[in-house]
Amino acid sequence: MTIAIQDTTVRSPTNLALHGRIAKYGLLGLALLAYPLMASDFWIVQIGAQTLFMGTIALSLMWLGGYGGMVSLAQLTFAGVAAYMVAVFGVSNRPDISLGWEWWAAIPVALLIATAFATITGMLAARTEGIYTIMITLAIAVAFSLFCRQNYAIFNGFAGFAGLKPPSLFGLNLRAPLPFYYLSLAFAAAAYAGVVYVTRSTFGLALQAVRDNPRRMRAIGFNVYAHRVAAYAMSGLLAAVGGLLLAWFNGRISPGSIAAGPCINVLVMAVLGGMVHPVGPYVGALVFILLQNFAIDLIDPERFNLVIGVAFLIIVLASPDGLVGLWQRMTRRRSEGPSSQR
Amino acid sequence: MKQFILTTLNGLTLGALYFLVASGFTLVFGLMRNVNLAHGALYLLGAYVGWTVADKVEYWLLGVAAGFAATAVLGLGLQLLIFRRMEGQDLRQTMVTIGISIVLADLMLWFWGGETYQFTPPEVIDGSLLLPFTPNWRYPSYRIALLVAAAAIGVGLWLFLNRTKVGMMIRAGVDDRAMLAASGVNVQRVFAITFMVGAGLAGFAGVVGGTALSIAPGEDVRYLLASLIVVIVGGLGSITGAAVGALIIGLAEQYGLAYSPTYGAVYTFLILVAALALRPQGLMGRRA
Repeated sequence: MTIAIQDTTVRSPTNLALHGRIAKYGLLGLALLAYPLMASDFWIVQIGAQTLFMGTIALSLMWLGGYGGMVSLAQLTFAGVAAYMVAVFGVSNRPDISLGWEWWAAIPVALLIATAFATITGMLAARTEGIYTIMITLAIAVAFSLFCRQNYAIFNGFAGFAGLKPPSLFGLNLRAPLPFYYLSLAFAAAAYAGVVYVTRSTFGLALQAVRDNPRRMRAIGFNVYAHRVAAYAMSGLLAAVGGLLLAWFNGRISPGSIAAGPCINVLVMAVLGGMVHPVGPYVGALVFILLQNFAIDLIDPERFNLVIGVAFLIIVLASPDGLVGLWQRMTRRRSEGPSSQR
Repeated sequence: MKQFILTTLNGLTLGALYFLVASGFTLVFGLMRNVNLAHGALYLLGAYVGWTVADKVEYWLLGVAAGFAATAVLGLGLQLLIFRRMEGQDLRQTMVTIGISIVLADLMLWFWGGETYQFTPPEVIDGSLLLPFTPNWRYPSYRIALLVAAAAIGVGLWLFLNRTKVGMMIRAGVDDRAMLAASGVNVQRVFAITFMVGAGLAGFAGVVGGTALSIAPGEDVRYLLASLIVVIVGGLGSITGAAVGALIIGLAEQYGLAYSPTYGAVYTFLILVAALALRPQGLMGRRA
């Protein structure tokens, strides 16, 4: 097994490009930090925070699909496992099931179990390729949701758990709009930075090589299977982080919120944004959530799925690498000048 | 003993239904490498169209025909207008089918609403049948008819694939698409026919299955999942595999329901995991 997470990036972009990137990230960071100052509670939580944590779950898919070449439909399931586990080990409205641990114990255990679940899923799914992976992960996702609906001893069946809330730190109510937004922002930033860091590590580079040519990597002596499973483990951790926020945002977790439909929505977000850059899933989540909230103004509120389905179809048909791909192509064309236009 | 026999019969009929749904799915995949995740939506659409027609003309068989025809035409349209333009891009095709299933599901909810519909099968097969060699045990004749129909479809598909010219082309296409095209066959036409038959089978299964059980929103996902598991267990692209997989899954689901009702769905999943761990290509599948 050759899995080593070391940073061996060759940092040789020209100073100009580096400074440009720092300026871009700095501006984006400032905008995100300042955003709540000029937005109402609805825009801070419903749009802002939700985009950040759904984007993080979609990022886990982008990491797996974009860098690992494996499209999984079970990402929301990993998030759901974390949400369920934080309810089981922590505090919920069912004290007879919940163990009532302190948050500093319950959260790491929940993240750990979700990561383990993702690893096991990966061990199964990594045996397959391409479309087969989509099918097996969809089957796992639906089976888990069905299992939760049937199991009353641990998962409390159809009703699931309610009364989930983030821990209160230093007397700060993290459920209040402003703190919850910053909590989501901090988690999203950590997930984003984590993905960017790992993609430039030895492991990340090897994973991308596995995506591009597994046969060659196998011949060189890399353990292709282990790299794929490790990619699943990391995607599980990313999704689990988003899952915690999802559970706290809704205050509840139930089998319906991890059923096939919501699982597919995560894929819709990632594809809408584009699986070519880690910012894509966040863009996709933003568009998705805006459509979800404002479909009521475009068309009948009941017809949200129609709007999102058509938007998804248009993007898949017109720009396979999503909105970010579209943007990249437009800016590249502009910077290259009219002479190099195709 | 009575429970066991009735459960077995239930499992067989459910397996028959799963076979009807999954055979179209596996046919399309085998030839075109197109994982049609809109297959469940086609099932439900066929059921709704069939119900509406059967309700209007009060003739059940016409409903069956309408269910088949509607989805077959839609399938043909999809193949000609969309999938033909993105040949060889497996993942993108799958994404498109996901988009189509979202749109179709919502359109159907729009037109037919959220209520549950129930068919009335023709009188000949509506009622119950005395089971031979038993002390007066009865079983719904419709389900027996379903079993017979599925067997007939299975044999028909086998004959179609093994005895007709188009079937020969399809089998050749499964093995080597490029070679088939090179030998002068109009591959696009073969694709169009296959997709039409596959989609039509989904609609047909919709009417037949909707009569045995009922039609309601959400059934699309259920049958899509059933088809996925059946073809993964049986081997993608193999009709025989679909039959074997459907029987295994149908029986497992019914035995599970009868003998340990809580986790009926989980047994299906365990079979899936076992199949993947031991034979990733499926029971009847061949290594790609």
